Amino acid sequence: MDPKIGVYICNGCDIGKSVEVDKLIEAGTGQGAAVCKAHDCLCSPEGVQLIRDEIKSEALTHIVVGACSQRVFPELFTFGDEILVDRANLREQVAWCHKPNDEDTQMLAEDQIRMGVAKVKVTTAPVPYTEDTSKDIMVIGGGIAGMNSAIAAADAGHNVTIVEKENQLGGWATKFTKVFPKKAPYKDLEDSGYEELVKKINDDNSITVYLNSTIAKTSGQPGKFEVTLNVDGGSAEFVTGSIILATGWKPYDATKLTHLGFGDSPDIITNIDMEKMVADGAIKRPSDGKPVESIAFLQCAGSRDQDHLPYCSAVCCRVSLKQAKYVREQYPDAKVYIIYKDVRTPAQYEAFYANVQEDDGIFMTKGEIAKVSADNGKVLIDVEETLLGENIQIEADMVVLATGMVPTTKVEDLVIEKSEEAQVEGEEAPAKKDAPAEGEKSEAASAEQGAKIINLTYRQGTDLPTLKYGFPDSHFVCFPYETRRTAIYAAGAVRAPMDLSSAASDAYGATLKSIQAVNLVSKGMALHPRAGDTTYPDFFFQKCTQCKRCTEECPFGALDEDEKGTPLPNPFRCRRCGICMGACPERIVSFNNYSVHMVSSMIKSIEIPDEFEEKPRILAFVCENDAMPSVDMAGLKHMQYNSMVRIIPLRCLGSMNSVWVSDALSVGFDGILLIGCKKGDDYQCHFVNGSELAHIRMDNVRDKLKQLVLEEERVEIHELSISDYHKIPKIFDDFLEVMEQVGPNPYKGM
Amino acid sequence: MAEITPVKDQITADVLVVGGGIAGITSAIETAEVGKQVILLEKEPSLGGRVAAMNLYFPKMCPPTCGIEINLKRIRLNPNIRVLTLADIEEITGQPGNMVVTIKLKPRYVNERCTGCGECEKVCELERENTFDHGMSKTKAIYIPHLMAYPARHIIDPEFVKDESMKKVAEACPYDAIDLDMEAKTITAKVGGIVWATGWKPYDATKIDNLGFGKYKNVLTNVMMERLASANGPTKGKIIRPSDNKEVTSVGFVQCAGSRDENHLPYCSAICCLASMKQTTYIRDQYPDAEIHMFYIDVRSPGRLEDFYTKKQEDEKVHFHRGKVAKITENADNGNLILHAENTLTGKMTTTEVEMAILAIGMVPNAVDSPPPLDTKLDEYGFVAQDNDNGIYGAGVASRPFDVSGANMDATGAALKAINSGVRR
Repeated sequence: MDPKIGVYICNGCDIGKSVEVDKLIEAGTGQGAAVCKAHDCLCSPEGVQLIRDEIKSEALTHIVVGACSQRVFPELFTFGDEILVDRANLREQVAWCHKPNDEDTQMLAEDQIRMGVAKVKVTTAPVPYTEDTSKDIMVIGGGIAGMNSAIAAADAGHNVTIVEKENQLGGWATKFTKVFPKKAPYKDLEDSGYEELVKKINDDNSITVYLNSTIAKTSGQPGKFEVTLNVDGGSAEFVTGSIILATGWKPYDATKLTHLGFGDSPDIITNIDMEKMVADGAIKRPSDGKPVESIAFLQCAGSRDQDHLPYCSAVCCRVSLKQAKYVREQYPDAKVYIIYKDVRTPAQYEAFYANVQEDDGIFMTKGEIAKVSADNGKVLIDVEETLLGENIQIEADMVVLATGMVPTTKVEDLVIEKSEEAQVEGEEAPAKKDAPAEGEKSEAASAEQGAKIINLTYRQGTDLPTLKYGFPDSHFVCFPYETRRTAIYAAGAVRAPMDLSSAASDAYGATLKSIQAVNLVSKGMALHPRAGDTTYPDFFFQKCTQCKRCTEECPFGALDEDEKGTPLPNPFRCRRCGICMGACPERIVSFNNYSVHMVSSMIKSIEIPDEFEEKPRILAFVCENDAMPSVDMAGLKHMQYNSMVRIIPLRCLGSMNSVWVSDALSVGFDGILLIGCKKGDDYQCHFVNGSELAHIRMDNVRDKLKQLVLEEERVEIHELSISDYHKIPKIFDDFLEVMEQVGPNPYKGM
Repeated sequence: MAEITPVKDQITADVLVVGGGIAGITSAIETAEVGKQVILLEKEPSLGGRVAAMNLYFPKMCPPTCGIEINLKRIRLNPNIRVLTLADIEEITGQPGNMVVTIKLKPRYVNERCTGCGECEKVCELERENTFDHGMSKTKAIYIPHLMAYPARHIIDPEFVKDESMKKVAEACPYDAIDLDMEAKTITAKVGGIVWATGWKPYDATKIDNLGFGKYKNVLTNVMMERLASANGPTKGKIIRPSDNKEVTSVGFVQCAGSRDENHLPYCSAICCLASMKQTTYIRDQYPDAEIHMFYIDVRSPGRLEDFYTKKQEDEKVHFHRGKVAKITENADNGNLILHAENTLTGKMTTTEVEMAILAIGMVPNAVDSPPPLDTKLDEYGFVAQDNDNGIYGAGVASRPFDVSGANMDATGAALKAINSGVRR
């Protein structure tokens, strides 16, 4: 069906006072709109009703609302799945930030309408991609996090499979005699209560438990992961909808702590050894089995140490306080020393610390450990930089090293293998980093080689990509469960160092996300951050040249490859960022409502004046997530900025296809701005590396400019945070100044 | 699709989320994206809570508005979520799985015809203290709370609504959106479970007598510092000290101001160390030569946040001193402050003169003032206890002091607990 477009222009909020709306109507009609009219207040019930009525009476299929930003009242302008709506921003981006009744403002407003019509004209209503999918959930790891996940998911009505490599459920909790307090008044040690969870799981018909099991292979995609297990010499197979990784932690290898005397004496043990001793019945000096009269706990044994674990393991202070209590209960006369850098007992745990401090047999000293040595049946600990400024020596019967937590996803001693794939020869190099920096190395390596826990058959690697210390934690402050593998979430101490109580609540969060995943996938909808989006990328394979850019660059590993290198899409893994679309030199990737053709049509709809002096033209491709709202905020603040700039929002700057640069230059734009999120270690891109890829693709863009015999200065890329709205006028002005020096685009008017 | 004012007197949903700060927003949208019906209730005129007034988050130094923006986008387009602002809870009855909540909707005095055009503000003569800027600026009596406000509509401060001059303001509205006679309305909601995400307030710094807040102009709190550093704050992001609007060359950070103190807050507020380290960056970015002194008992930067501390320790202009600031006095000649610090082990006193002092005050759960109106287990500090089992689940700082990441972790989990409320008990 041919599109029938209705354009509705609002006179309100200064729009009618700033521009000649009649001419906007002409612009809309000229661009091919069937109906084009103005209303005094489109967001009023009357305004919305007008559109609703005319969709019926005029059989309209596409609507352009020329009014305020799409960030304002989008819910008012939704008319069912069949009707495509776009907003042409005449308020925040025209009336509120440009000179009223000015020729340039008028031209900008008309272009906004033209772009809106050109855009909807080539889009069609999305039809969700659906298949029969499973709503079952697989939990890897049967510790506190895993067990809580399984119970939470089962309570919500899902079938759950737990895969546990040991011969029992419970994980570390089975090894701890007591845990530090998790309930008010947070003073006394408690039982972990893991037995209750085990019982609940065993009594629940919707939870299947595989013990002594590991995962041989996980293939497929969300909603239909096909899992093969190694079970006790045999195997098992099942299908699951989403996955929770709750494989927990392992203690830091104490044999590396020779500087703390580990290995020098049997009386220097770790906190794990201590826990075992207590579980086995009593605390005794390991060398001779004698009672303990003095004991020293050395905190941060390997943690907060650039030579070992640079991070803080978060729980060790409380573990030592707990173990100090163990000692004091068994030996009321024993002296306990705790030597620390900082005591970290956040939140209500402070009450536990205060309680321990009341025990006059426990001595706490801040200091740096200089030396630990075994001497005549005792252990001597030299401590420097104490608060008193003195160096002290402590003599103890035994020493406990408070060793930290290492995630089970951490791959030890990685050897980075060189990619065997030959660089693709040609004028456009694939946008891939040459040498990853130190921190990135482990991320990339872990993604590609992995700790081999989930054993995904993904083209990009077997497991969840991790952050720099091997934790598959979220990079985002706001979205703690985000991972780079759709519908696979991490929970508990594998995600970040945490105690059992935190792991239990963390499990609920990860489980909620995994339930969301199976529900959304079953409806063909995208997950965060485009939750509910029913579009998905369509590949026109006849033109694919097997360059592998899309399969390499997808931040979520959504695309696999056949033996020839042709991409194999997995729509349920896709997050709809469009980075594959930006990557493709053959332009074979499109969404129903977002395509190379769509943006090209918008570019071509803009009227470019032949003159340069008074009317240069700048095209800005702007990330719709952060930079675009930032532009809106400049409008909300009524900041004035240059009206020579035309703005096209993109799903992600990484979805920018460099053909648009050629398109823009060939229609006569003098310069092009790319504005996206911050890249690098603290990236803010919602799609991980979209803005980074955009920067890398600038090389291709420069090649394009060279081919066209144009100056490099004509394209600039900027990082802009959403709160940087005050910088926008200057970015535009500075670039226009550059353009003045470079001069007009010679292709203008051709 | 967010319905602002419910048409019916009784509404139903699977989950009710109380509190529209970052934790409540997270609980609500995560619930809605599961496919469950959720009501998000906020007592203030707009969503966003405390984080909307923050400049940047540690450790990424990224703006909170980025996360709020994407969450608001999710809310605007999700048909499963209803947002009620200016809403107070009056009563809760029932048991997990089947609860009835009485909600009072306070008048906004501006109806849904408001477009946010701002014509009203132009004619409004009355001004109010801007609570968003902790009183460091003013707004008109009719105002939009902040740039990210949702709903993006005006509100009239109830204190001024009866003023004669407001009639002129009402007449200035081109869209007939101002209704000075608007009245409160009571509705009920039937829900399965309740997420209690009412967050925190900063500890009242005037209660810490010896630190001089309220007495000396250049003693500020960490939440005020966030506004001073924000581009949309009272100084447009310029950090200047209040007494003389002077740029600063030395700043002192006073950790545990009221926290870890039996006389004030016995618990640790968990975020203040990192918040102060973050704020040192605000100052260092504007004044590369400024000297910063941070007085602490223990630096607490758990997990990967240790990297942030490591980075700050490399900054030669940031001096970490172990010791608690016992007293602040003012140098009357120049408005500078003298920090009297006590080394916690040696008991030795030191003095340090700075041009501005920031008190790292802790977080007090709002449930201290307004606990859930249903018998709910709170701990002695006012946080919702983990083992409370009446169908109300604490989320975010209502359950313990958290940073944003932790609050959202907690809020996502609380959403599932509320969804599962009453199941298989």
